[in-house]
Amino acid sequence: MAIQCTILPDLLCNFPAIGDTSIRAARKTIDDGFRNLVRANSDLISVVVRPLQLFLNFLEDLFVSTPWIVVLLIMMAIVYAASRNIRITLGTAVSMMLIGAVGLWNDTMVTLAIVTVATLIAILVGLPIGILMARSDRLQSIVNPILDVMQTMPSFVYLIPVVVIFGIGKVPGLIAVVIYAVPPMIRLTNLGIRLVDKEVLEAADAFGSSSRQKLRNVQIPLALPTIMAGINQTIMMSLAMVVVASMVGVGGLGKNVLQAINNQFFTIGFLNGFALVVIAIIFDRTSQAFGRRLQKHSEVIHG
Amino acid sequence: MASHGIEVKNLYKIFGPRGRDYIDAVKGGLSKQELNEKYGHVLGLQDINVSMPGGGITVVMGLSGSGKSTLIRHINRLIDPTAGEVLYDGVDVCRMNENDLRAFRRHKTAMVFQKFALLPHRTVLDNAVYGLEIQGVDRNESVKRASQWIERVGLRGFERHYPNQLSGGMQQRVGLARALTNDADILLMDEAYSALDPLIRVDMQTVLLELQKELKKTVVFITHDLDEALRLGDTIAILRDGRVVQQGTGQQIVLTPADEYITAFVKEVNRGRVIQAKTVMKPLAGTPEGMPIPHDMILETVAKSLTENGQTQAHVVDAAGQPIGRIDLPIVITAMVTPTSHLQQQAA
Repeated sequence: MAIQCTILPDLLCNFPAIGDTSIRAARKTIDDGFRNLVRANSDLISVVVRPLQLFLNFLEDLFVSTPWIVVLLIMMAIVYAASRNIRITLGTAVSMMLIGAVGLWNDTMVTLAIVTVATLIAILVGLPIGILMARSDRLQSIVNPILDVMQTMPSFVYLIPVVVIFGIGKVPGLIAVVIYAVPPMIRLTNLGIRLVDKEVLEAADAFGSSSRQKLRNVQIPLALPTIMAGINQTIMMSLAMVVVASMVGVGGLGKNVLQAINNQFFTIGFLNGFALVVIAIIFDRTSQAFGRRLQKHSEVIHG
Repeated sequence: MASHGIEVKNLYKIFGPRGRDYIDAVKGGLSKQELNEKYGHVLGLQDINVSMPGGGITVVMGLSGSGKSTLIRHINRLIDPTAGEVLYDGVDVCRMNENDLRAFRRHKTAMVFQKFALLPHRTVLDNAVYGLEIQGVDRNESVKRASQWIERVGLRGFERHYPNQLSGGMQQRVGLARALTNDADILLMDEAYSALDPLIRVDMQTVLLELQKELKKTVVFITHDLDEALRLGDTIAILRDGRVVQQGTGQQIVLTPADEYITAFVKEVNRGRVIQAKTVMKPLAGTPEGMPIPHDMILETVAKSLTENGQTQAHVVDAAGQPIGRIDLPIVITAMVTPTSHLQQQAA
C-alpha cells in the first residue's frame, strides 16, 4: 500500500516541477532563437554544405551510372589490393551478385556512396582531433564527455538540430551519420597514440626529432593497428546509421528498410537488412586483412 | 673531430611537481628520506660532480634506483635538472633553447638504450638511418653510411630484416649501428648490455672497445655490473642513492674502495684483470732481471707469461721500454688473491 499523501506537506509529496508555462516559454525561446540563428546564417550554411552536396552527388552518380560489371571488377580489385586474399575477394563478388540478383544493386550503390563519403569525412575530422587529444590531457578531459554524449544520445534526437540547421535531404543525413560514426575514430586514434612505447619515443627524442617528425615516424606508424580498428568501427557505425538517416531523406537501402517498417513488409525488410550486413562484412574483412598486412613486421619469428 | 669532455657540475634533480621549492632545503642538508616523507618529492640526484674526459669511456655504475639512468638523461637533457650544469665544449646543455638542444641532440649525441627502443615497423637499415633522416641527410648518402656501420657491428645480410626477427643481441647491434651512423661525438649507452646474455654481453663489450680504439668518442656507459664497468671504463663513477660515492680509475676503486659499500662490491671482482703491473711493482734493486713486462699489463697476463716462460722474476718497463721496477710471481699472486679490505687500507 502506498504511503498516503496526508501526513506530508504537498511540497515533499508531489515533485515541485517548474510548471508547464515556464517550460513552454523556455522551449519557445530556445527553439525560436535557434531557428532565427539558422535563418540569419542560411547563406553561410549553404556555402558549407555545397561542396559536400557536390561530392556526394558525384560519387552517387558515379556508382549508380557505371555499369555493374565495371563497379564489381573495381570493387574486387580494391578488395584484393587491400587484403591480398582470394577468398575475401571471391566472397565479395558472390555476395554482390546476390544483392544484384534480388534487385537491390542501385540502392546498394547509393548506400555505398554515402558510407564512403561519411567514412572519409570521419577520418579527416577524427584523426587530427585524436592526435591533438593524445597530446593534451586537458583537451582529452574536454573532448571525452562530448564523445560520451554523442555516443549515448539516441541517434534520433540529434537528427532534430541537424534538420533544423540543414533541412531535409542527403547532406543532413550525411552529417548525422558522420556525427554518429566519428567518436570511435577519435577515441581509438587518441588511445593508439597514447599507447605508443615510451622507450621508442624517448629514442626519437634522443636523436633530436621535432614533434612533427615524432608524429610521422613513430606515433602514427606504431598507433596504426589501433587507428585501423577505429576506421573499421567508424564504417560499421555509419552502416548502422544510414538506416536512421533515411528518416531525413537519405536514399538507398536504409530508405527501403524504413518503408518496410512502416508497411510491415517482412521480406523486403530482411532482404535490405541482409544487403547491409553483406556490405558490412565486406568492409570489415577487407579492412582487417589490410590492417594485419600492415603489421607483418610484428610477427615474432625469432623468440 | 676532436672529442670534448663533459663536465657535470653541482647537478641536482628533485622529482615532483614543486621540486625547485625544496632545492635550498636539500642543499642545506635535507635527506632523501625526509624529503620523501615530509614533502612527497623524490631526490633523484644530489650534488653530482663528474668530469667525463673527451675521447674516453666513462662508466657510471650503481644499483637500480641509484640515479644512474637519471644522470645519463641529463647529458642530452631528456630530463631537465632542478639545479646545476652540464658543460660540453664550454656550453651549458641545461641552458640551451629548444632549437639549440635539438641541434645538439642531432649532431653531438647518439644514444643506445637498454631495451633497444628500435622502430618495429622499420627494417634494420631503415632503423640505422633514423638519426641521419632526422637531420635531413640525403637518402643515398645515409644508406651508404648506415650500411658501413651495419657491417661493422656484424649484421651484414640482415639489412632487410625487421627487429622482431632478430635476437636480443642482434637487436642491440642494430641499436649500436643506429647510434654510430649518427657520427656524433658523444655516445650515451644506458645499460646498453644489461638485457643481454653474459656471453653476448662480453662479445658486445669487445665490439665497443675495438670501435672505441679508432673512434675515440666521448662514451658514457651506464651499468649495474662492476665487472663490465672495470672492463670498459677509463674512469668509473659509482652512484648510490643519487650521490657519487667514489670516482676514479678501475684500479683506484679496486685497490682503495672509499667505503664499506664499495668494498662489498669490489670483493667479488677478479682483481687479476684490473690491477696493472706498475701498481704492485717493487722498486728496482740493481740491474733489471728476467723478462721485460709492459707497465700496463694486467696481473693475470703477467702471471701467465711468467709461468709460460718458466720464470719467477721479471722487470717492468715503461712505454719507452725503460726499466722502472721489478716484479715476481709471489707479488703478483698476493695482489691477485688478497682482498684488501677497506679497514686494512685505512690502517696501512
